[in-house]
Amino acid sequence: MGIVLKTDRGCTLAQIKGDLDHHSAKFLRSEIDRELTAKRPSRLVIDFSGVTFMDSSGIGLIMGRYKLMQDIGGDVIVASPPSYIKKVIRLAGIDRLARISDSLKNVLPKDFGSTFSEYAGEGEKADETVKAADK
Amino acid sequence: MKRSKQLINEMKLTFPSLSENERFARIAVSGFLSQLDPCVDELSDIKTAVSEGVTNAIVHGYRGRIGNVLLQVKIFEGGYISIKIQDKGCGIENIEKAREPLFTTAPEDDRAGLGFSIMESFMENVKVRSQKDKGTTVILERRVRSRKQLL
Repeated sequence: MGIVLKTDRGCTLAQIKGDLDHHSAKFLRSEIDRELTAKRPSRLVIDFSGVTFMDSSGIGLIMGRYKLMQDIGGDVIVASPPSYIKKVIRLAGIDRLARISDSLKNVLPKDFGSTFSEYAGEGEKADETVKAADK
Repeated sequence: MKRSKQLINEMKLTFPSLSENERFARIAVSGFLSQLDPCVDELSDIKTAVSEGVTNAIVHGYRGRIGNVLLQVKIFEGGYISIKIQDKGCGIENIEKAREPLFTTAPEDDRAGLGFSIMESFMENVKVRSQKDKGTTVILERRVRSRKQLL
């Protein structure tokens, strides 16, 4: 389980890898909140494409970040959730709080993190934090 | 009178209420049920329900102290399964209230209060027995439509 955090052009992208349960949520929450509090973006995009399992702890994680982003004055987008995660998200009614997008590219600002290899192009270097839990 | 279904296989394991064991519990159940060759969607639903039950035992049953969690899985004829998750923790004072969607005793910990809702949605039957200061037993039941039978 790990997380990659990138903030650029007023948008924070949180890419979560591995299982999202009560155990891993504690670590993910503290990493995301530290980034949001320091950078105060107007948008948080959580990329779920690398999430291999999620229970209601993931719902708690999204709801908590939604509240924090409301305080900061921004929105939350849930990007690329696999079908088994969509099922939990729908059950919880998270689609009423956060926009769900099947595409990551469409919800990121133009030229987001353009110096990163996966977003090839010219532009200002974004701030990247890569963290992995000690397991 | 309805004939009780024949037990085909069962497993039982006990582990301390450490959050690291939430993943272990899911994988153990998933591994045991693989003999039924379930569909990916079914296995995913069962793993999610087990994760909710085990997390409840760890977070709400023992509330930070370490105790044992019992996990028992039974496979009956016809692909019926029963999963028991038991703790000897503080118990639930009001089971009806605990089963309400969005009810949680730990909102500060970002608990969504959806554990029982998910268990009820992803399993066919959820039984809860609890006694204050004695512990809680949750029994999850459903039928697995084995891919072996579909062939």
